[in-house]
Amino acid sequence: MKGTEAYQELLSVIGDEPVIHANGYICRESFSLKDREANFYMIGSMGLASSIGLGVALCKPEQKTIIFDGDGNVLMSMGTLAMIAAAAPKNLVHVVFDNQVYESTGSQRSLSNVIALEAVAKSSGYREAVKVTRKEEVKPVFEKLMQSEGPSFLLIKVEPAFNPATGRVTHTPEEIKARFMRALSNP
Amino acid sequence: MLSSKSFIAELQNNGFKFFTGVPCSLLSGLISSLEDAPDVSYLPAVREDAAVGLCAGAYMAGTLPVLLMQNSGLGYCLNAFTSLNLIYKIPTLVIMSWRGCGGKDAPEHIIMGEINEDLLKTSGMDYAILTEDNYADVLKQAMKNIKAELPFTLLVKKGLFDERH
Repeated sequence: MKGTEAYQELLSVIGDEPVIHANGYICRESFSLKDREANFYMIGSMGLASSIGLGVALCKPEQKTIIFDGDGNVLMSMGTLAMIAAAAPKNLVHVVFDNQVYESTGSQRSLSNVIALEAVAKSSGYREAVKVTRKEEVKPVFEKLMQSEGPSFLLIKVEPAFNPATGRVTHTPEEIKARFMRALSNP
Repeated sequence: MLSSKSFIAELQNNGFKFFTGVPCSLLSGLISSLEDAPDVSYLPAVREDAAVGLCAGAYMAGTLPVLLMQNSGLGYCLNAFTSLNLIYKIPTLVIMSWRGCGGKDAPEHIIMGEINEDLLKTSGMDYAILTEDNYADVLKQAMKNIKAELPFTLLVKKGLFDERH
């Protein structure tokens, strides 16, 4: 499945929940499909989407919080999986788009072709950790995780098939933050 | 010497509610007091940059954060400070122990001890050296930065807080 297809499946389930996006194509893809005030787009600080998401989830315990992460980002901050598991926020859903490469820098391979990140998350102590490979599985599995107690981890295997014509996030970093904070205080 | 307990109370009075970090012996009294206090929680972070992320999330969710770390962690955090906090304008109060201050410390601390002030200056991160006498003024300065949505660092030399190790 292509990344775009996976996003579309997820978007059909997402309402007004905050979504923290890892840097790179994840932001561009999501921004182009559906820009939302509750989307926090990272344009730098690779590896930190997961810790930002954990901070939001812990300070807004009644608000389901979603992280859109990538395999390179998760590998860079594998220790954050332990922090999430230890803090165990029930309201956190960690989605990882795993294309097995650093696509935005020229598709150099990551390690996730041999390292099962969902197994790392599960053994770290996430309540649920699921891998999906077929488009048809994405929506039902994500729906179930959104309705269950977390922290949960959803690894979606996608093709490295980013369309370079996809637009870039046009908001400034300060705008992204201000919108996100507005959305958080008025869900 | 500053009392860890009363300094934490001072931070709470200023609205700080979220505490995380990576330990340093110079901050051991502060962290113990945070762990002991009934109305505060301290979340151990695995790396300093992950703590920067946590604090950013907390701030955007409406909670003022404090990040405790050794100056060795500054190296790990520089990219997070420059490509997250400074460009999005996400404030965090950083309490950073100053190992290697004055060139007297274990070898691994000497270089960072010499350059941590320059690194903070070069990257545009405002800071102050916290002392027993200036903490009220320095916290005012920090709050001014936080309200302007900029990070602020308090450098802590050995002996300012009690150590428990």
